[in-house]
Amino acid sequence: MSRRLRSFAAFWYDFVIGDDWRGAAAVAVALAVTALLVHAAGINAWWLTPVCVIAALGWSLHRATAGRSSAGDT
Amino acid sequence: MNAFALVLTVFVACTVEAVEALTIVLAAGLTREWRSTFQGMAVALVVLAAVVAAVGPALTLFPLSTLRLVVGALLAVFGLQWLRKAVLRASGYKGLHDETSIYARQVEAARAAATGGRHGVGDWYAFTLSFKGVLLEGLEVVFIAITFGDNQGNLGLAALGAAAAVLVVAAVGVAARAPLARVPENTMKLAVGVMLTSFGTFWGAEGAGVTWPGHDAALLVIIIMMAAVTLGYIALLRRSPAGPAVTAAGRPAAGAAAASPAVPEEGAR
Repeated sequence: MSRRLRSFAAFWYDFVIGDDWRGAAAVAVALAVTALLVHAAGINAWWLTPVCVIAALGWSLHRATAGRSSAGDT
Repeated sequence: MNAFALVLTVFVACTVEAVEALTIVLAAGLTREWRSTFQGMAVALVVLAAVVAAVGPALTLFPLSTLRLVVGALLAVFGLQWLRKAVLRASGYKGLHDETSIYARQVEAARAAATGGRHGVGDWYAFTLSFKGVLLEGLEVVFIAITFGDNQGNLGLAALGAAAAVLVVAAVGVAARAPLARVPENTMKLAVGVMLTSFGTFWGAEGAGVTWPGHDAALLVIIIMMAAVTLGYIALLRRSPAGPAVTAAGRPAAGAAAASPAVPEEGAR
């Protein structure tokens, strides 16, 4: 039963998060900080999410390609 | 976003998924047995219909801002996955998605698998192969259609785009009886990755409370910027000193024959 639950969870993790969880984490943090800036500080931080998404993509690509032997992180 | 852009985005994204599902179904049907393959496909479609029936109406219960935040975040994460793979493929760090070779691998595995039935299904392997393929790719179709349609308040139009894609691919697949290798899948995936990431960024930030300068026009700017950045990353990786591990055809480059691609080939997507 627990094996089935684990594979069910693994399926959804792979489906939503994929190869690199850091991208998902970066998006979540970017949106949380954006919401905080808008609602708590009154700053219309429209620029933050696009910048973070682009940076997250670059970071993820760098990790995947820098030093082929260590590319097993994916 | 106008109706045309909504239908087009969903159509292109769903075409990519439908082509992948078709490859698996053809491998199961032509190699093993069509009856069990269709049974697997039918059960997967029933499960997908249940997911749509459960998730679709549930989404309308949430306030629009919450929905945009959650769906935007999911789309951005999803889009980043597509973009990452597309950039790695386009720059040669990962083998290109090749339906012909995927089909050949599936056929080989299907031929080697044991025969036998279960639960009233003649060929259990063909059933499960077809079921898993259609369910996995279909979930992505459902996810894209529901999120785009719900955010735009036009679920019907998004469903139309998704259904059109599935029908077109199925019709062409039935006519060709072969994997649709000529579909420019890698380019389409790159375009879909840009669209998903852009829409996710736009809706996610809007859901977080942001007011975009220029309102809806900002989406167009984000799409153009995301496309430019993606192309920039591809150019940068192509010129990187380490160099790509595989050629444009998805094979190891000369002198790198023994080396594996930097990033292993993924499964379904």
